[in-house]
Parts: sequence; C-alpha cells; structure tokens
Amino acid sequence: MTVEQGKTAGRETIPVWRTFEPSPLPKDAAEHAKVVIVGTGPVGLALAIDLGQCGHEVIVLGRFDFVPAGSKAICFSKRSLDILDRLGCGEQAVEKGVSWNVGKVFWKDRNDPVYQFDLLPVKNQKMPGFINLQQYYMEDILLDRLESLPNVDIRWGHDLTELEATSDGATLSIECAQGSYCIETEWLIACDGSKSTVRDLKGLDFEGRIFEDNFLIADVKMKEDRPSERWFWFDPPFNPGQSVLLHKQPDDVWRIDFQLGWNIDREACIKPENVNPLVRAMLGDDVEFEQEWYSVYTFQCRRMERFVHDRVLFAGDSAHLVSPFGARGCNGGFADVDNLSWKLDLVLRGKASPNLLESYNEEAIVTADENILNSTRSTDFLTPKSDISRAFRDAVLDLADKYPFARTLVNSGRLSTAVSYPASPLNTADAENWGGGVAPGSPSLDAPLGDGWLLEQLGGRFVLLTNGSVENAPDGVEVVDVTQFASNELVLERFDLPAGGAYLIRPDQYVAARFRQPTTAAIADAYAKATGGKLCN
Amino acid sequence: MQLKLEPNLEDPDAIYEKLIAMLESQEPNMAMRLCARLVLLLANHVGDKGVIDEAIDRAAQLTDAQK
Repeated sequence: MTVEQGKTAGRETIPVWRTFEPSPLPKDAAEHAKVVIVGTGPVGLALAIDLGQCGHEVIVLGRFDFVPAGSKAICFSKRSLDILDRLGCGEQAVEKGVSWNVGKVFWKDRNDPVYQFDLLPVKNQKMPGFINLQQYYMEDILLDRLESLPNVDIRWGHDLTELEATSDGATLSIECAQGSYCIETEWLIACDGSKSTVRDLKGLDFEGRIFEDNFLIADVKMKEDRPSERWFWFDPPFNPGQSVLLHKQPDDVWRIDFQLGWNIDREACIKPENVNPLVRAMLGDDVEFEQEWYSVYTFQCRRMERFVHDRVLFAGDSAHLVSPFGARGCNGGFADVDNLSWKLDLVLRGKASPNLLESYNEEAIVTADENILNSTRSTDFLTPKSDISRAFRDAVLDLADKYPFARTLVNSGRLSTAVSYPASPLNTADAENWGGGVAPGSPSLDAPLGDGWLLEQLGGRFVLLTNGSVENAPDGVEVVDVTQFASNELVLERFDLPAGGAYLIRPDQYVAARFRQPTTAAIADAYAKATGGKLCN
Repeated sequence: MQLKLEPNLEDPDAIYEKLIAMLESQEPNMAMRLCARLVLLLANHVGDKGVIDEAIDRAAQLTDAQK
C-alpha cells in the first residue's frame, strides 16, 4: 500500500489509497441543481451511479480529494452483489473479491467447529452468498463505473459548511481550496457516514444503544493456505475470555478482529509492538506476516428517528449504525440506495408525487431495525454484559459442543440477507392462494433463465414477469415473458408461477403484487399503488 | 399449545432433591451456568415459542409481584 498525503487540509492522519486532483471552483457562484449527494463512500457513489444511469444530473460532494486506505467494510452480501450487478459493477466485484458461503464457529482449543452455516442455501443463483473485498477496491470499482456517466459530477475536496433547508429544497454553502460557493438544490442526500455533516447541520441525532466494548482490527498480509470461509472463535487460547474473527480478503490480506474488552488504551493497543504478539500467538511462530492496517473501534446500534426530512434524505451510516458482526453496515447502506433511487427517479421525472419518498422512510427503517435487532442480539451474545448473561452464553457453548439443538443458538453474527417489507404500503396483498413463490414486499429470488439469469432481466424499471402472454401492461411497465426464454423451469418453480400468471416487480427487484389470473385493471391498480398512488394533476 | 399450570410432574420431591443436589455443591457462577444449561435443554424440549414466551412472562410477573 502506498501511503501519500491528500492535498485537502487537515487529512494528515488518514492513510490514502488513491488521490484525485481537487475539483476546481465552479464558474457559477450560485448554482441550481436537482440532486446533490454528500459523501464519496460506497453508499454515495452507488447512489450516484443509480441516479446517473437513470439519466439525471447529479453532483457529488466529497470532503476529501482521495479514497482512504484501510480495508474498512470488507463483506458484501449476495443482495448487495445483486444491486451492484444492476448498477453494472457486480461482475467486477465478484472477480476481484474472495467469494465465500460457509461460516464456522470454534470454541476454545477445539479443532472441530461447534456451529457451521451456509449463506447461500438456495443454489443456482448468479451471485455467491458473500464476497470479501477491501472497501477501497469497492470504491475503485464504483468510480470506474462512474467514468461512463458524464452526467455525474464528482467534486473532490469540496466541503459542505452550511445548510439551509426548506420544504422544497436546500441551499448549500460549500468550501474548496479555491474559494466558496453556493448550490440551490431540489434534493439533498446525505451519504456522509456516521459523523454526518448534514445530520449535524440539521441539528439531528441518533437514538439507541452504544456498546462499550472494544475491538481491534488487525489486517495482515500473509501467504496462508486456509479455505475462504468465515472463522470465528469464542474464548480461544490465543485471546482468552474474548472472541476472534478471521476473514480472507484479496491480495493475501486477512482480516483478524480481536475483542479487547472494556478498559483499554486505544492508542497503545494499535501499536505494532502490541498487535503483533496477538497475531503471532494466533498464527504460530512459523507464519510470516506484515501489517496492512491496524485500527480499533467501539460500536453503536442506533438510528435516526426518520430518514426523510422534507427534501433532505439520509442513507447508509449517516442514518443508522450497527455493530460489524453480521456485515450489516455497508450492506444496509446499499439496501438504502436500492430502495431510494428508483423512487427519487420517478419523482424527478414527474411520474410520482414526492410523497412516494415517505415509503423510503418506512421501508428503509424496516431494514435498519432488522439490522439493528440482529446486530444487538449478536452483540449481547458476543460480549455478555452481566454474570447471568455470560452464564447463558457459556451454557449455549457447553451444550453446542455436544448437542445439535444448541448450535442454532450460537450467535457470532447473523449475516446480512435481504430484508422483506411485508407491511409496506406499496404492496398489493395477495387476493388468490399461493403455495409458495415470492410474496409481495420480498426481493425476487434469482434463478437461471435463458443463457443468463432472471435478475439480469429485472430492475431499473417496473417489470411484469409473466408465464405466457397476458393483457396489456400499463404504461411504464415492461413485460418479461418467461416463456420466451429457454431453461426457465427454476424461475417458474421459485415463483410458483402458473400459466397466464404474472408478478409486478419494482425497479429494485422487489415484488409489488402477483396474480394467478391477472386482469388489466388489477395490474394497473397495483402499479398505481406501488408508485405511491395515482398522480393528481 | 398452552403452558401447563396444573400439577404435571412425576415424583416432584425427587426431582426437586436432584435439582438442589446438582446446584448446591457449585460456586455461584457455575450454579448459574448449570441452571442456564437446564433452562435451554428444557426450552428446546418444549419447542413451542408461545409456551416458552408465556413461561418467561409468568416467571417475570411473579418477581414483579414480590417487589
């Protein structure tokens, strides 16, 4: 890793992966914009791609003029890969990343796992259960994709300093190296992370729990012939009384997470002379390794009360925070992007009322709450907060060693999977009996179709997925007839789709409605409902 | 299924004696851990979430009543 300094002031402490020329001061001291995104992390970049490939003019403001080094988010879920594929960069991510499906949990010095799980129980899907990829590689891939979208204007080294929001837009004051300027924007989306400037400027905050345990990230480079699996230890000999997580990343980089406990000296515990003995004890004397990135963190499980504040919207870590066990941080942020961008696209094109964005608030909060619930439960298992909590945790591990029933209670992190919105106001409830398939409010399940995959045919616009021809679809909905493809058996099976039946599928590949015997009127009503109701002109 | 609250134990005195014998000889932390194992074994045997929820609620309500 080359460590250079960014040119923007005050960044001396942040290691740099890749630098950019700071973007110049715009010619207009007061610009007008439709959409401004704050933040050049993976969430901001993914949202810029999604809106950009819909054809919108998008400005992205980045405080830095560089991509930071440090692996940071490394685990990308199948659902995130599906989203990235829709954005035109899923295959690049899988090619560069380390694919894995299996997680194993070990206890003490036992060689056999006490628990094991497979994150892709349904096979025959385009994307693997998970990939591991350093965040800077993910950002590189997203930035490469943005090269082909000239309507997205990324401004490196442009810092938001003031914000005045009204019910129909926001005025931003921005500083860059050459001076300051203003933008009046219709929409502002805060993708600027846990310490969000936008959230601070709006005077908003999080609600929820903060956990006072500390974890050390030791990313090391080494040649090791271990399988691409997630390995987790409770109370191993090389970190007694605490936990350890091991993950493989590309380029022979391995993520090791050491639980440290409560009372620590944060500066001392990332010094190589203190980290290296921990790593050495774990790997043994004969393994060569070198430091890639050492960092320490305390985590929180919290969210904002609302993500939509008139024309200011929050996505990713600016809106919600979770513990990293479960890989629900960046994956939760990509879920926000997926949910938000098609709604904002319809609103910007005048095809839906701004009220549609209220459903982003509802659905993204369902996702955030599920992520917070799961990561809070994992945290209580990983770091028991009381003697009785520890007694139960240890009892589970005692039992799991011998009895299969207890293995399902072992919680080393429940890994991120797509979240369903069964109660979303955009859904049309089933009016017929379905034996299986994908219920309204759930994401489409992938399956082979023709020479490719079903999910490649969905997304980016409303689709009516049919088994044979049906009556005309409403304007704005494209028919994908499964019978026009070879090898469609698994699609029909996974959707329980009878001849003549149809699924109405949203641009984010979620099912809005389904009909065994569709009528034009029923499809039109479901489409109106899924887009926030008929527009009043 | 509903939580049984009428007598259902076979040989209650012997079961009680055995429980105390298991726990009494232990340090408090180990006794807690043994209780936890026992709760988990029995909970799995019951399986039904509604019954277990009801048992948890009834146990907690008794504690409240004593305060």
